[in-house]
Amino acid sequence: MELFPSNSKIDFLGWRKVSIVISIILMIVSISLITTRGLNYALDFTGGVLVEVTYEQPVEIGQVRDALEKGDIHNALVQSLGGTREVSIRLQPEGGQKDADKIATNVLEKLKAARPDVTLKRHDFVGPQVGEELKGDGMIAVVFVIIGIMIYIGIRFEKRFAIAAIASEFHDTILTVGFFAATQREFDLTVLASVLAVVGYSINDKVVVFDRVRELFRSSRKADSYEVLNRAINQTLSRTIMTSLTTALSMFALYFFGGPAVHGFALTMLIGIVIGTLSSFFFANPILYWLGVSKKDLMPVTRENPELARRP
Amino acid sequence: MNEFPRWKYVLVAVVLLLGVLYGIPNLFPQQPAVQISANRGATVDEALKEKAQGVLEKGKIPFQRVELQNEHVIVRFAGVDDQTKGSDALRTELGDSYIVALNLVSTVPPWMRAIGANAMPLGLDLRGGVHFLMQVDDKDVMDKQLQRYGDDIRSALRDKNIRYQSVGRGGPGLVVQFRSAEDRDAALTVIQSKMPDLTIATGQTVGEAYTLNASVKDTRIKEIAQNTIRQNVTTLRNRINALGVAEPLIQQQGDTRIVVELAGVQDPGEAKKVLGTIATLEYHAVDETVSNPFEAERTGQVPPDSRIYHRRERGADGKPIPIVLKKKVIVSGDEMVDASSAPDPQSGTPAVSVVLNAAGGRKMLDFTTQNVGKPMAVVYIERTPETKVIDGKEVRSAKVTEEVINSATIRGVFSNRFQTTGLSSNKESSDLALLLRSGSLAAPIDIVEERVIGPSMGQDNIEKGIKAVILGLAAVLVFMAFYYWLFGLIADVALFFNLVLLLAIMSAIGVTLTMPGIAGIVLTLGMAIDANVLICERVREELRNGSTPLAAIRAGYDKAWATILDANVTHLLAALALMTLGSGPIRGFGVTLFIGILTSMFTSVTVTHAITNLVHGGRKLKGLYVGGGYARGAA
Repeated sequence: MELFPSNSKIDFLGWRKVSIVISIILMIVSISLITTRGLNYALDFTGGVLVEVTYEQPVEIGQVRDALEKGDIHNALVQSLGGTREVSIRLQPEGGQKDADKIATNVLEKLKAARPDVTLKRHDFVGPQVGEELKGDGMIAVVFVIIGIMIYIGIRFEKRFAIAAIASEFHDTILTVGFFAATQREFDLTVLASVLAVVGYSINDKVVVFDRVRELFRSSRKADSYEVLNRAINQTLSRTIMTSLTTALSMFALYFFGGPAVHGFALTMLIGIVIGTLSSFFFANPILYWLGVSKKDLMPVTRENPELARRP
Repeated sequence: MNEFPRWKYVLVAVVLLLGVLYGIPNLFPQQPAVQISANRGATVDEALKEKAQGVLEKGKIPFQRVELQNEHVIVRFAGVDDQTKGSDALRTELGDSYIVALNLVSTVPPWMRAIGANAMPLGLDLRGGVHFLMQVDDKDVMDKQLQRYGDDIRSALRDKNIRYQSVGRGGPGLVVQFRSAEDRDAALTVIQSKMPDLTIATGQTVGEAYTLNASVKDTRIKEIAQNTIRQNVTTLRNRINALGVAEPLIQQQGDTRIVVELAGVQDPGEAKKVLGTIATLEYHAVDETVSNPFEAERTGQVPPDSRIYHRRERGADGKPIPIVLKKKVIVSGDEMVDASSAPDPQSGTPAVSVVLNAAGGRKMLDFTTQNVGKPMAVVYIERTPETKVIDGKEVRSAKVTEEVINSATIRGVFSNRFQTTGLSSNKESSDLALLLRSGSLAAPIDIVEERVIGPSMGQDNIEKGIKAVILGLAAVLVFMAFYYWLFGLIADVALFFNLVLLLAIMSAIGVTLTMPGIAGIVLTLGMAIDANVLICERVREELRNGSTPLAAIRAGYDKAWATILDANVTHLLAALALMTLGSGPIRGFGVTLFIGILTSMFTSVTVTHAITNLVHGGRKLKGLYVGGGYARGAA
């Protein structure tokens, strides 16, 4: 079977002005959301105490909040962990780290007083300085990935490709993180890991299209860059969509069956897959076009690379 | 027409076989067991194995097998009830000399373990337990070192009759003040030659005060910091062993942190108490009026100013060896500034050199002047704080453990620097130096992160993780077969082997499996198929352009390879960053992704190519069906 016509001739570049404007608007919205609303950083980054409990019978978040208030525990952040029986409670203790155990037992006691069918699933304590460091490490990791990829593409392709790739990586990362700022979903270490995985996924996509662009430039005699870029996207369209679908399928499995520990991860990946795929069509290539990539930019490489020179 | 070289078939077959062999241990269930290991000085041998067997037989507790493994005796049980009964019996019978811990052991057959085929160790999020991240505060240790350098400068200047006004702390190091420039310059040369660890420079001259600024060299600071953390890791390991936890993880992380993971422990309180133990040292004179300490221990008769202590080592009967020491403390741990293991410069035999501060040096000088030729002993003391509730009130007390770690004869008069020689091996000298340092230079440790994961949550995570992997794999398999038909099925076989290989490599190099790691596996499954999609699409294109089926296959693999390589290398870069820069869960994820990309390149290109050639290569093809692109032509 075939989902996509093999000879599709969609004029992706024709929409470049509209698509770039939309991309820029989305980026501005994301950046302003990230700076104004900020991210709902999880315990991993903020430090504090996290208590996760399970009820035997379904429970409402309001009930848990009331029980805590009654027990003189204020400023607790109560969230459902998906489902109706598992609840997480986050606190910023004033007494410092030494009382982490006591806080956890205290919370459990107060909840037991209201509903005896509650049990402690786990509790975490993270010191504030650890969280700060993790944030820093995460930023370094993202920057390191972006620079590494830029160098590789610069060497294997050409600097314009590297610029287009990095611009799209930046675009994809900002939009993915922007989603977390907009929805205020918890941003924890696993989500950070998946943001980096989105970078990996999306660059994969771009490279496949770029590869085709390079091949078309080299093989066609009169290489009009507008036409070559459009043909490259169309010829790889089927592959791009197929790979997004398989990756999305596996991430749906993780989202629905992997439990709360990997919810954030799977969700980020799913969003990243959509953003990354669309940016291959509508963001990376228009930039490549505006940067003025042409046949002659790609030819000198052949002389240095005998393996590629063999190709038609 | 078949150009696929034979050695590649062999390579594929061998790799897949190894993958299955090293991947399969993960399918063996775990079994409840009791692990017996030695506590201070006791030995684990055949005799212990027989003794344990005897204890269980006497108590009529059913067990499956008793084995001697590395440093442990492992007793396997059929069920958890027997395990509990067994561990209780063993704990009472074997006493303090051995640590009896509950454990889960793999049921992988011994021949597999012998070739290194083991199941992946599970992370705490998959089996429950406590995780601590501890911060070592080495400021305290640095302070002490600076004080010592100050003392050293004072005595060096006094020796050379150089007049100084003051030696004090200032800036990042020490400031020495003089009345004249001559004194200052003379001092500069003396300090430079005598103390190579210090960087020294002339400071500002204010009025009549001429100053020198001294700071500890970076290399030395690094060395001090490294020693501090290493010694903390070792002391923690010793103490945690006493907790009776099977396979604890105690690891240095970064420059000043230590990670402790105790699987199966649910109450962090008990563990924290042990981690919060304070250690110190005391030098005592050996009471030589008591000729037979064994006799003294039996009768309990010792001179009033003496006491019975015990050595760390055990005698032939397995009991600690008694030794009688004077009660008076000569020097205590807080007067010690350094202890390091280095061969004796004269004889080259293993030795430990000790440095005391000025006050300790004076006391030592007084003592040694009168006691040359007599023995002196070092006692290592640990105090574990305990809180008990008596009559409704919290009573704070401490459990004290004392051990004599060394006793040696005083060979001459010395003050703040001396050596302990006569040690039997380099290991003994480094052990002694370590104990001396932990009793004197122990840096305060703060717990900066604590995670407690309940056992049911671990089990829950495993089940959910496995379900996600299986369903994710199934979804991709079905989709590929449906879309690309035979080519899809071949890609499916490759994808399945990719999972096997990924698990095999992770098991063989001992990657700890965590929940983010499982997420990485599922993601790899979804993305690994990309290479096959690229190949299938290329083959379809070639067919559409009118190639013969075999030419299409060849051109498809050939052209797709360049793309696959570029796409995967960039992806590897991303995984590498996750691996090297991230910590904890990010790392586990990165490692999985990294291995997954490598295995997927092999399975989706080489393995599928081999299978395709086996299927199509041997015969003439009339047509080739790759889902959509159907072509007919002469091969």
